[in-house]
Amino acid sequence: MNLSDSKKKLAAAGVVCGIAAACLAYFGNPANMALCIACFIRDTAGALGMHSAETVQYARPEIVGLVLGAFIISTATGEYRSMAGSSPMTRFVLGVVLAVGSLVFLGCPLRMIIRMSAGDLNAWVALIGFVLGAATGVFALKKGFSLGRAHLANRVSGGMLPAVMLGILILALASTVLRSSESGPGSMHAPILLSLIGGLIFGAFAQKSRMCFAGSVRDVILMKNFDLLTIIGGFFAVMLIFNIASGRFVPAFDTPGIIAHSEHLWSILGMYAVGFAAVLAGGCPLRQLILAGQGSSDSAVTVLGMFAGAAMAHNFGLAASGTSVNAETQEVIAGAVPLNGRVAVIICIIVCFIIAFTNKRSEGR
Amino acid sequence: MKEVDARGLSCPEPLMLTAEALRNETGPVRILVTEPHQKMNVEKFAKDHGRKTVSTETEDGFAIVIEQKL
Repeated sequence: MNLSDSKKKLAAAGVVCGIAAACLAYFGNPANMALCIACFIRDTAGALGMHSAETVQYARPEIVGLVLGAFIISTATGEYRSMAGSSPMTRFVLGVVLAVGSLVFLGCPLRMIIRMSAGDLNAWVALIGFVLGAATGVFALKKGFSLGRAHLANRVSGGMLPAVMLGILILALASTVLRSSESGPGSMHAPILLSLIGGLIFGAFAQKSRMCFAGSVRDVILMKNFDLLTIIGGFFAVMLIFNIASGRFVPAFDTPGIIAHSEHLWSILGMYAVGFAAVLAGGCPLRQLILAGQGSSDSAVTVLGMFAGAAMAHNFGLAASGTSVNAETQEVIAGAVPLNGRVAVIICIIVCFIIAFTNKRSEGR
Repeated sequence: MKEVDARGLSCPEPLMLTAEALRNETGPVRILVTEPHQKMNVEKFAKDHGRKTVSTETEDGFAIVIEQKL
């Protein structure tokens, strides 16, 4: 079944993904973080011991489900293609940028939309940066940017990341070797089976609809094409209704407890880096997981870059903190972006510019 | 026939190359892509621009012939 040939089907796919995300939020995922690719990769990296921030360690079954959902549906519908060889190390670095930029803002583009639907005005500010970043990526594309061609690879190569994800799931279910937070965001989660099913459904529909947050902005700017934006519209509408109906819609800036901060410049610059890197890499963090599931080893390398970037964000003190309330004094403590995080975002943006204007299509032939 | 080799390129490069090829070409154009979603994207792009397509499977992907502008 082709979900991408009409706007109604695309909007319906967005609605299904929105329902899956709303269910995950309802059944225990952190408030305002129903499904965040950067946060959940960060949590999974913590579970694997790649960083030691004790409050954000949990092997998120949603990440496993997204990759496996895309793998299963693409195999079943004949869309699985094992491809590799399009500047893998550059894509790894872009993956690092995607994770660092997201964790300075506190959310990937998917969570930005979820935060927007919950009235978090910081996310609306960050959208400015994301659109500008995607626009810069489009400018580079128009100037001939390309990471070169991928080639058909051994069929097994494309199945390696799905297999690794399955391995993580088995370890989470059948052993105690993975780390698991006892407090903080990492301790808040929907039941494992529900998270896995949510991820599988989301992954399958995202694969069939080509859902991509960076792609939707890119296509509007580049080709005046609103197809991908239609999916985001369907997703946003469901999350907005869910947040209003469940009393989670709070239109404000400094809302404690929703894992967000009000450092506007750094929200903008963090998402600028993400929008820019995502267009260069051919898709947002979610799309990278989906492409990796349908056989792209290049996207799998980008995903590994996101794991490394997420670990670096906590090992080197780059990640922002969310606004919170002191339980004893009831004093509101404003969330902040540490100096290391600010420097890292600037470096990430410089790296994006270097990648964008030194990789030309003609050189990839 | 004008031919565009977009095999193995990331999105949106196949569509950018297709758009570039169709800009000054009223005759048929053959587009080579590797992945099914790129084939569908090219077919839809042509349809949105009033051009019919005929697609065939090749050894390493798909060939989409965008027919002459009527």
